[in-house]
Amino acid sequence: MEEYFDITGTNLTIFVPRELDHHNAEIIKEGADKLLRTHNIRRIIFDFGKTSFMDSSGIGMIMGRYKNIRFTGGTAIAIRVNERISRILTLSGVYKVIDIYEGLPQQSPGYKGGAI
Amino acid sequence: MSHSNEAPKGHTGCPKSMDIKNEAPKGHIGCPKSMDRKNEAPKGHTGCPKNMDRKNEMRLEFDSRSCNEGFVRVAVAAFLTQLNPTLEEVADVKTALSEAVTNSVIHGYEGDVQKITIICYIVEQEIFVEVADKGRGIENIEKAMEPLFTTKPDSERSGMGFAFMEAFMDEVKVKSAVGEGTTVFMRKKIGQAYNKFDQ
Repeated sequence: MEEYFDITGTNLTIFVPRELDHHNAEIIKEGADKLLRTHNIRRIIFDFGKTSFMDSSGIGMIMGRYKNIRFTGGTAIAIRVNERISRILTLSGVYKVIDIYEGLPQQSPGYKGGAI
Repeated sequence: MSHSNEAPKGHTGCPKSMDIKNEAPKGHIGCPKSMDRKNEAPKGHTGCPKNMDRKNEMRLEFDSRSCNEGFVRVAVAAFLTQLNPTLEEVADVKTALSEAVTNSVIHGYEGDVQKITIICYIVEQEIFVEVADKGRGIENIEKAMEPLFTTKPDSERSGMGFAFMEAFMDEVKVKSAVGEGTTVFMRKKIGQAYNKFDQ
């Protein structure tokens, strides 16, 4: 079974699948919401390390999870975002509400979010 | 998460029983009107190419299940390779196609399993993609194409589908009639590089 999620402390890491389309977005959405309900999560980390494809269904999934975590006062970030995914995130305006990192955030200057 | 299948990863609602299978089209019962366009000069067809000699066409018909979306993207991307596209161009076409197919699955048929048809052809250095469903149709096409407009905000649709199609393709046209279905027509010029079709 492919593992999409990891919980470390109050961080929920979502390992975004290789292709984040309507089909996969539904799977992630379901799994993530279950974990958000049953755990004390303060931050969602979308890890795009192995993702090569995303469409607007992926945007919907990210925005939906972002709204859920904002509701409880948490934050969301996206890490290991490649050029293609970055373009989609930019085009859709998601970058305005979610911090996006090309690598791991610890490597970025000015990062204050603590360890992941 | 209880998805352990490997081929379609984490596959949710798909078939174990026979009555919900991906079946081969029998005798083209439910085919769209554009079927009869095959091998004849396109009359009044939106944006169809003039130079028929250099046309290469393929057609795909499949069930409107979300698990087919990945397959369709790969199929069209493979067809596109004869134009020797860049990776970026392939990704653009795949994204736009994915938006159109998702629209048919979610909005056209609203989860019902019926047929979606893709007609894809290449003329010179351009790829033309038509995605047709016989679903509910769009009431106000102009409104539907506005970024962030969605009729299903509660199911987390971002309303970016047509915006993405327009961003990634050179041209997008929509033909739709309420109760009859929707056809999305897209065109994109692929770089000037070497073209297999010339051989």
